[in-house]
This record gives sequence, C-alpha cells and structure tokens, in this order.
Amino acid sequence: MSEFLNFHFEVDGDNFVSAGQASVQMKKNMRQLGLAPEIIRQVSIAMYEGEINMVIHAHGGVADVNVYEDRIEMILADKGPGIKDIDLAMQEGYSTANEQVRALGFGAGMGLPNMKRYTDEMKIETVVGEGTTITMYVNLK
Amino acid sequence: MNISTIQNLLNAEVLCGNEQLDITVHSACGSDMMSDVLAFVKDQAVLLTGLVNSQVIRTAVMMDMRCVVFVRSKRPTLEMIEFAEENGIVLLSSDMRMYEACGTLFTNGLGGTKNHE
Repeated sequence: MSEFLNFHFEVDGDNFVSAGQASVQMKKNMRQLGLAPEIIRQVSIAMYEGEINMVIHAHGGVADVNVYEDRIEMILADKGPGIKDIDLAMQEGYSTANEQVRALGFGAGMGLPNMKRYTDEMKIETVVGEGTTITMYVNLK
Repeated sequence: MNISTIQNLLNAEVLCGNEQLDITVHSACGSDMMSDVLAFVKDQAVLLTGLVNSQVIRTAVMMDMRCVVFVRSKRPTLEMIEFAEENGIVLLSSDMRMYEACGTLFTNGLGGTKNHE
C-alpha cells in the first residue's frame, strides 16, 4: 500500500450545533496541503453531508480521511440503526429525518445523493441494528 | 456588484466583515434548505436565507461563499458571528422578505448561476 496521510475525527452525535466541525477542520487541512480548490470543495461537501447524517441518524461516529498521492479516501463509520433500503435512501427527496431536523435546513433527502454527486466512488456497507460505514473516493488525477 | 452595494440595496445591517464590503461578487442564491444549497449551488458567492443556525455558516464555508444575508430581520447568535468572522464571511441582516430581497438584487444585475459573468 502506498503512503498516505491520515486525519481522524470523532463526530459528536448529541450536538447538532457542532455538526460539521470535522469537515471544517478537514477543509483547513486540505488547504494547507495545497490541494486544488475544486477537490477541496468536493471532499468538504461530501464529508459534511456524511457528518450531518451521522449526527441526525446515528448518534455520531468516527471519520477517517486518508490522503493518498492519487486520491482521497473518506471512511465514515457509525454504530447507528443502519439503512434498511439503500436504493430508497439513495433517491433524491427520500428522507427519514424528523421535522426538527428539517427545520434546521437538512433532512431534504439530499444527503446520500449529494455524497455520491461530489465523489468519484462511494460504497455503503450497512447492517440494520449495527451500523453503517460509508467509504468515498475523490480522485486527484 | 460589491457587497456594500448589496448592503445598500437591501438596507441591511452589517453584522461582521465590515472590512470586506468592497469585495466583488458575481452571483447569488436564496434558500432555507442547506442540502439544496450544497446540491445545486455552484460558485455563488452570496447566500440569502431565512434560516438561522450554525449550519448556515458552515454551508457557506463549504461552498466558499463570501457573504450571507439573513432576511426578515433574522439575527444570528454571537457564536455564529464569530465563526463567520474567522472564516472571512460577511454577515448582513435585512428586514426585507426573501422574495423581495432576491428580486431586488436580481433586477439590479446580480444573477444566479446562468447569469454568471
């Protein structure tokens, strides 16, 4: 395996106000690494949506971002309820978020589709009742 | 259009970023749904919204926006203002409603995506 830089974040699941802090920090890290603005934006948005999802649905989790020479890997893992129907969850507009989440500007059913939209590859591993791990890749070349 | 023109057109109060009012912006968008902003917005430097919470500022940071306008006289918390300041985002508050505020900027030449200069 080639060398990579790892950035590890704990995502606090009890605080919607702080949701997104890891993504903001990762954005700063990518700027310091001198990555292209469009890459930074893609990774930031995908990670931000993932982070919001972890807070809304799964009481938080952990995020690892690995920066390789040719691509960026994001691994978001939670021990939440899992996703019952991935095809349905991937449909734009489908959401199981409650009214409280919607009032905060999220829960429009755009989270997973946005994560797919802004990345080159996305894998979802989920077990109902145990948790979900989402792995996303953004190519640098 | 620079941000001070936006401030004048919307009769808005500057909540932070006074020193950045001469920045020129080329397009804007209006939404209360942050997921939609993340999905459909591209290169808009100004966000008009009636939503007030910390995720509005984070969304603006993620999208590299320069200015957030709170419509209907909404006011962010001190924490939100500080976070915007740290990230170089100008915050304005206007008593106009969303439709009126967007229309005013649009008719004065600040377009959406398709009118991007």
